Amino acid sequence: MKALICIGHVPDTTSKIKFTDNDTKFDTTDIKYIIGPYEELALTRLLDLRDAGNEMHITTVTVGLQDTEPTIRKALAMGADDAVRVNAEPLDDYYVAKQIAEVFKNGDYDFIVTGKESIDHNGSRLDGMIAEFLDLPSISGASKFDIDNGKIKAEQEIEGGTLVLDVSGKFVISAGKGFCPEPEPRIPNMRGIMTARKKPLQVTEPAEAEALTETVKYHLPEPKPACKMIDPENPEELVKLLHEEAKVI
Amino acid sequence: MAVLIYTQNYDGKFKKSVFELVTYGKSVADMLGTDVVAVTTGNIDDNTAKELGKYGASKIVKITNSELNDFSAQAYASAIEQVAKNTDAEVIVFGNNPHGRAIAPRLSVKLTAGFVAGAVALPSSTSPFTVRKRVYSGKAFADVLIKTDKKIISLNQNSYKTEENPVDAGVEEFTAEIPANAYAVKPVEVIKSGGKLSVTDAEILVSGGRGLKGPENWGMIEEMAEILGAGTSCSRPVSDLGWRPHSEHVGQTGKVVAPNLYIAVGISGAIQHLAGVNGSKVMVCINTDPDAPFFEAADYGIIGDAFEVVPKLNEAFKKFKAEN
Ligand SMILES: Cc1cc2nc3c(=O)[nH]c(=O)nc-3n(C[C@H](O)[C@H](O)[C@H](O)COP(=O)(O)OP(=O)(O)OC[C@H]3O[C@@H](n4cnc5c(N)ncnc54)[C@H](O)[C@@H]3O)c2cc1C
Repeated sequence: MKALICIGHVPDTTSKIKFTDNDTKFDTTDIKYIIGPYEELALTRLLDLRDAGNEMHITTVTVGLQDTEPTIRKALAMGADDAVRVNAEPLDDYYVAKQIAEVFKNGDYDFIVTGKESIDHNGSRLDGMIAEFLDLPSISGASKFDIDNGKIKAEQEIEGGTLVLDVSGKFVISAGKGFCPEPEPRIPNMRGIMTARKKPLQVTEPAEAEALTETVKYHLPEPKPACKMIDPENPEELVKLLHEEAKVI
Repeated sequence: MAVLIYTQNYDGKFKKSVFELVTYGKSVADMLGTDVVAVTTGNIDDNTAKELGKYGASKIVKITNSELNDFSAQAYASAIEQVAKNTDAEVIVFGNNPHGRAIAPRLSVKLTAGFVAGAVALPSSTSPFTVRKRVYSGKAFADVLIKTDKKIISLNQNSYKTEENPVDAGVEEFTAEIPANAYAVKPVEVIKSGGKLSVTDAEILVSGGRGLKGPENWGMIEEMAEILGAGTSCSRPVSDLGWRPHSEHVGQTGKVVAPNLYIAVGISGAIQHLAGVNGSKVMVCINTDPDAPFFEAADYGIIGDAFEVVPKLNEAFKKFKAEN
């Protein structure tokens, strides 16, 4: 089986978010980048399935400039076999999805995995867009992903329940909660890091595509007024404030 | 021209979040000087469908294909595309929920319509068309310009208040053409999650963290939820440890919620936890540690031992509920 997995290069979850250029650009000063948490879960799951004896070749794909390579190398150090980087600024989801669809067309992959949501611009659209470009089925926010005797098993969360899916042919799937049932973080060891340096990282130029959206300005949330402290001996006070002041009960 | 809204029904009924979408769509339609068309699928009787008229939908299109009883993003996107074309929809609105997440991106490619996922407000202008959305897990907001003629927005739940705006709504039936390959991935079973209030639907959430020490101590959390008509949620370690089901996990890697009231008991307030709850209107933190980071994000706080504070607070809530 050949898997193509999208690896996003995103600010560490603890990053302090700031903007520059009159609040039109993300300020990258002092920002540490990581693999998107959902994508890391997804990759961990693929590696677990491979370790469990399922034959699988794992290729990562990232749309980004050269500064994304340390993140890509980390995915290789975790255990992915090789990587493709599309040498372009990820302009918007539509543009990125188009690039990934092209990479898929140019290989003989069986399926594409993405994370359910990117934590930077909080999109959750890549899976559906890629699938539509390729006219393939999409499974958004999969809560289960398994291989049983070479057959893929998947489940998808919908409101009020879970769909158990019969999967055949090529498809695009995005990893939600549950995709990787027991996520043991795969911290690359020295050997992993050394071999990752020698794994193939192919750089390709982007396909012709345009972005349909553009961020024109960022805003930080209004600073919150200080927390009102309530005497633990007097919980009636809290009830009163929630009713009269906050008007939420 | 029209503003088209995907109004999902559950076994023939609409949830409050759908009325939020219709109200939102009505406001967008007013900005554009056009009408609201709602589209829905499955078995829904006309009187229920017409409820959407109360919030401003002047037409409801019922897609009648029985294939759509099984969910497929491909089939749904294709059917909605046909309705969008027939109604000449300029803006299409979805909820930022599982159906919206599955369908809207496909439609964006079909119609070459720029898509903003997770909008939190009305467009600040319609020419140019700019919408504000949540980014960096709620640590910031972005104004996103949609450059195409057709636009798709998915609206975050609980970010727009329902408002009645009654119009006389007509119901139309429509049979869509479903592409032959739409069910290559086919649902074979639906596992219902039961009658419990889901964390994303709850208007009040009572949430417990590792500070509660063990699953046996959740009685008082469930009691509070019961008194308030609230749902229950938890931090990640709590679901990882198996104290609570995974469906209750909120945060960066769990569900993102935006209730009116979020009561956090024994949760430290790690940045990844707050990322999933910082859209809540009002937050309360109950924690023994005065330096717990949650107090910086909370509106109201009680420094104290949950095992003493919560039972007393439950009594106070009970008394309040009895009187109100
Ligand atoms: C990539 C990544 C993603 C993550 N995603 C998530 C996520 O989605 N959701 C999430 O929740 N976490 C997430 N985490 C984990 C997060 O960093 C924290 O570890 C976690 O939220 C802590 O959970 P907690 O507050 O329940 O436990 P703790 O941090 O252990 O806090 C327990 C709190 O309870 C208080 N306490 C103890 N006893 C009492 C008492 N008797 N009465 C009252 N208070 C008491 C303590 O003072 C403390 O503040 C993520 C981490 C990473 C690295």
